[in-house]
Amino acid sequence: MTTDTAYIRDTFVPAKPAPGRTGGPILWLRTNLFATPTDSILTVLGVVFLLWAVPPIYNFIIGQAVFPGGTVEDCRVEGAGACWAYIHARFNFFIYGFYPIDQYWRPNTVFVLGAALILPLLIPSAPFKRINAVLFFLVFPVISFYLLSGGVFGLPYVPTEQWGGLLVTLIISLVGIICSIPLGILLALGRQSDLPIIKTLCVMFIELWRAVPLITVLFMASIMLPLFMPTGTNVDKLLRALVGVTLFASAYLAEVVRGGLQALPRGQYEAGASLGLSYWKRTSFIILPQAIKHVIPGIVNNFIALFKDTSLVSIVGIFDLLNTVQAASSDIDWASPTQAVTGYVFAAFMFWIFCFAMSRYSLWMEHRLDTGHKR
Amino acid sequence: MQKMLVTFAAAASLGLVATAAQAATLDDVKAKDYVQCGVTGGVAGFSAPDANNVWAGLEVDFCRAVAAAIFNDAGKVRYTPLTSQERFAALSAGEIDILSRTTTWTMSRDTDLGISFVGTMYYDGQAFMVREADGITSALDLSGAAICIESGTTTELNAADYFAANNLEFNTVVFVDQDEVVKAYEDGRCDVYTTDGSALASERSRFAVPGDHVILPEIISKEPLGPVVRQGDDQWFKINRWVYFALLEAEELGVTSANVDEMLGSDNPAIKRLLGVEGDFGVPLGLTKDWAYQIIKLVGNYGESFERNVGTATDIGLERGLNALWTNGGLQYAAPIR
Repeated sequence: MTTDTAYIRDTFVPAKPAPGRTGGPILWLRTNLFATPTDSILTVLGVVFLLWAVPPIYNFIIGQAVFPGGTVEDCRVEGAGACWAYIHARFNFFIYGFYPIDQYWRPNTVFVLGAALILPLLIPSAPFKRINAVLFFLVFPVISFYLLSGGVFGLPYVPTEQWGGLLVTLIISLVGIICSIPLGILLALGRQSDLPIIKTLCVMFIELWRAVPLITVLFMASIMLPLFMPTGTNVDKLLRALVGVTLFASAYLAEVVRGGLQALPRGQYEAGASLGLSYWKRTSFIILPQAIKHVIPGIVNNFIALFKDTSLVSIVGIFDLLNTVQAASSDIDWASPTQAVTGYVFAAFMFWIFCFAMSRYSLWMEHRLDTGHKR
Repeated sequence: MQKMLVTFAAAASLGLVATAAQAATLDDVKAKDYVQCGVTGGVAGFSAPDANNVWAGLEVDFCRAVAAAIFNDAGKVRYTPLTSQERFAALSAGEIDILSRTTTWTMSRDTDLGISFVGTMYYDGQAFMVREADGITSALDLSGAAICIESGTTTELNAADYFAANNLEFNTVVFVDQDEVVKAYEDGRCDVYTTDGSALASERSRFAVPGDHVILPEIISKEPLGPVVRQGDDQWFKINRWVYFALLEAEELGVTSANVDEMLGSDNPAIKRLLGVEGDFGVPLGLTKDWAYQIIKLVGNYGESFERNVGTATDIGLERGLNALWTNGGLQYAAPIR
């Protein structure tokens, strides 16, 4: 019998060993780390780098470090790592600066109150948003100011020169962030305006502040300003820095928001207008919610930069977190070879905590608001 | 035209008001009930926050002494930490009443900036630090030694001058940053580290074994550090100068914060005048007659302040040296109170 089939196998295919496991660490290593010769070389180099870099860092931060309970003599030993005992001993200074020790409950109350008000504001499902917002944005600043500076209700007066540390860093960044949002949005809207005077003023303001480095603004506020004003008028140094930082941040924010406004199709404006909505209604109900959603990453980027920029106020003699760390590194009671480095590592860690939290929150917010524009 | 004249007149009168306000620093200080004192951002021993987060140091003690003389309360001082760029502007603008911030007294500063130096709280000067194991005892032995130095500073120029004047071979290892200089010296990349004597001492206390390093006795530059006030208010200037003299006079007469009450009964006429038992020496200054008693009681004399903040018992461990009283071979000398 003949068939059309050209080839018929007449023997069995020889048995092959069972395929390697489709999972497991070996396979993972193969596919991820040693897939090609280039990958293998890079992997080896990477491991060598880690072996070279990690142990000294580990030794410095944990292995050879002196933990609370240790003394300055322990820190002075040759080869000692980070002197955490010193951070522990001066911790209050890093948080409160020169705030009188017996009055620490006041900044503490502000911290707790702030956290209690801001957390529900950040959690979308928490109730009473409107009251909460009024409390946080209007009542909280007033209470905090009187609580911190005192001079009323029998609280001893604490001048702003004595505020310091993390307290001041948070005050400057919170005030900067919160005040720059409305200012920045108004400036961005103004820049898009058809009214020539408003438009020119906004453009001039934005371009002026963006053209000057923050450090110059702070220097100007703290050195030149007092010389222009009649002797005796004394604007608080912290207030000067706050105003400088806020105006500076608002100019940048305005440009970010403008980016969002430009990303909106013209139809959105026209649709709003055709519904008979006024400019402000159109802007606040249709344009801004969409525009701002677009630029959340940019806005948060600005805020993180602002938070870190607050450390620049140290050059005008305000004791923010970084400056207290710097000042304490001249503390002779804890003088040791690693004193300054330990302080800076601590400051970096504190800054990292806040910046990382902000960036995570914004990422989460972005996902939450991501309605219909997913790419 | 009329309008312009009025504007000019207004501006001129504003200027006058400003000078008038400036001229009565004591009245302003009394009205606001504290002395505003400009300090460093933290130089150990001179002005730095202590373990209780309170400003302390030799230069801080000067401000406390002024407050003690005016208010009988050394605590009525507020501190403004200033950078070196800000300090003179802050003083001229009236933001602070006294600048007590490791400021070197030089002619151009004294004459150009509208400020007046009160006196010298600390005679500083450039010195050399070497490792004890090297067995060097004098800066004249440093010929050819590798010297760690910060580039572009007067430190470098002073050292070059000194080496040229003494026919020594000048061999430097230059860095742009003070911290790098210290690190290089610590790592043994050079034999000598040079900067101002007080800074050398506080850097030394930071080394793993401070005792392994010695500061050579030669001082090769003049850095007189002292408090500064605004020019044009003689009364305020004199208050500051006599507070400084009172600190010295008290040490010279052996009056300390511990024995000042006993000393009130002393027969020594100089002590009687100092403590206001005899005469009214503080009154023409706008102070009380027991002004110096208050200073000594609340702050202590110059020697006490020196030993407490920077002396050999502290970790900074500075010798009195040039800062000893003139009776002990130093330069600290007060005009007599009489």
